[in-house]
Amino acid sequence: MKTRFLLEPFHVVGSSALDTAAQIGRWGGLGIDTLRALPRVETWGRLLPGQMARIGVDSVPIAIFIATFTGVVMALQASYTFTGAVPLYFVGALVGKTMILELGPVLTGLALSGRVGASIAAELGTMRVTEQIDALETLAYDPAAYLVVPRVLAGVIMFPVVVILATSVGVAAGWITSLYLLDMSTPEFVKGLRIFFLPWDVQFAVIKSLSFGLTVTSIGCFFGFTTQGGAEGVGLSTTRAVVVSSMVILVLDAFWAATLL
Amino acid sequence: MSIVLQDVHKAFGSNRVLRGFSLEVHEGETVAIVGQSGTGKSVALKHVVGLLKPDRGEVWVDGVNLGQLTVDQLYEIRRNVGYVFQFAALFDSLTIAENVGLGLKRIPEMTGAAIADRVRECLALVELEGYEDRFPAELSGGQRKRAGLARAIATQPKYLLYDEPTTGLDPVTTTVINRLIMRTREELKVTSVVITHDMGSAYKVADRIGMLYQGVIRFTGTPEEIQGCPDPVVRGFIEGRPELLEGAG
Repeated sequence: MKTRFLLEPFHVVGSSALDTAAQIGRWGGLGIDTLRALPRVETWGRLLPGQMARIGVDSVPIAIFIATFTGVVMALQASYTFTGAVPLYFVGALVGKTMILELGPVLTGLALSGRVGASIAAELGTMRVTEQIDALETLAYDPAAYLVVPRVLAGVIMFPVVVILATSVGVAAGWITSLYLLDMSTPEFVKGLRIFFLPWDVQFAVIKSLSFGLTVTSIGCFFGFTTQGGAEGVGLSTTRAVVVSSMVILVLDAFWAATLL
Repeated sequence: MSIVLQDVHKAFGSNRVLRGFSLEVHEGETVAIVGQSGTGKSVALKHVVGLLKPDRGEVWVDGVNLGQLTVDQLYEIRRNVGYVFQFAALFDSLTIAENVGLGLKRIPEMTGAAIADRVRECLALVELEGYEDRFPAELSGGQRKRAGLARAIATQPKYLLYDEPTTGLDPVTTTVINRLIMRTREELKVTSVVITHDMGSAYKVADRIGMLYQGVIRFTGTPEEIQGCPDPVVRGFIEGRPELLEGAG
């Protein structure tokens, strides 16, 4: 009895590790099915524009909202930190560099993991528990081609677009804040913006946001597809999709910084 | 032999649902599979269309062993099979017309106009004319089941699989659905498998009835034969006498 009590934590950790490994394996399986479904353009082609609108265009307001306030706060905090120590035109450098390299892609990615990832997991999870995915199969449709490919492709295409837009708005918000709240001039802000700017920074942001788009949509699809039970199962899948994709976004963020910068 | 399940075993974890399920459905025949809830009737039906794969045993449809097919070959088989789901499983983001027409879009020779005509025809057959632009949420349970049937027959399949088509319906709607199943068989000459625990429906629509008990088919016979069957398990089920089932073990 005592031995069993002592071994219980190892049992819990072990079975949890096995579950996680099995989940990763199943996620990989869905990835292979998705790659196999790519040639079925006749199935996913007409669904792609609709998903691009839902995943990309509909996410623009929340992305812009977050970027605007981030830009404002960045400018104010930079000014607060630099005053008396560093020339104020460095506000432009900090806002630009940080928005492009980090906050634009990551904050947008995290916001979209909530909006897009949750929506995909809930929609596909409901389709799973109400047998709509089975019905698709009986109608000779490949569910990966019909449901996964258009969502994942839309995410990969639209996340960079939304991130570029949000980053631009964030930088613009920082510039307007500098003009009206920090008594800086436009040439000063632009000088700071250009001083450390590298074209590679934009490519880096695009690569990151592309990987975030892939992560959020594929994880949303995976948890939706593997939903079990009823409404509770759908809720659980939705929560897991948001939590896991947020975690993976942060891991990927560190990975890209370590490998590409 | 158009549908054959041979010694099919299926378990979910430690729950052994099918334990050597065997059934043959001849061409043009309607076979009802009856049994208590949770005995694996729907699990057996899902094997016929390849939604589930047996742990052991074989499933043959149209002379083809499903276990040896590639994904694309399985889709080809599925084009000949219509499946009516227990809760209709209509796509809730699509209108009724789009639901019924979805399978038709997979057929290369079907143009937009031909699809629209066929959708109207199928909805008329299930008495849902005028419901083309409604969404599933706007339909009653019986109407949804009829729309599900219209979707299943739209591609003119050779086989129709019904998963509890009358469960949860009022007696009038149950009769309407039973008549639709019989009419579909007569007009489309399909081979059908009907899963049900409603003996009234089974007697009306089936040429033969198979009773599933503890993962195997316990009895098969015509409606008359099952009503005269002396097996206490069969009698217990069709007469609704649990004491007979418990005594049989």
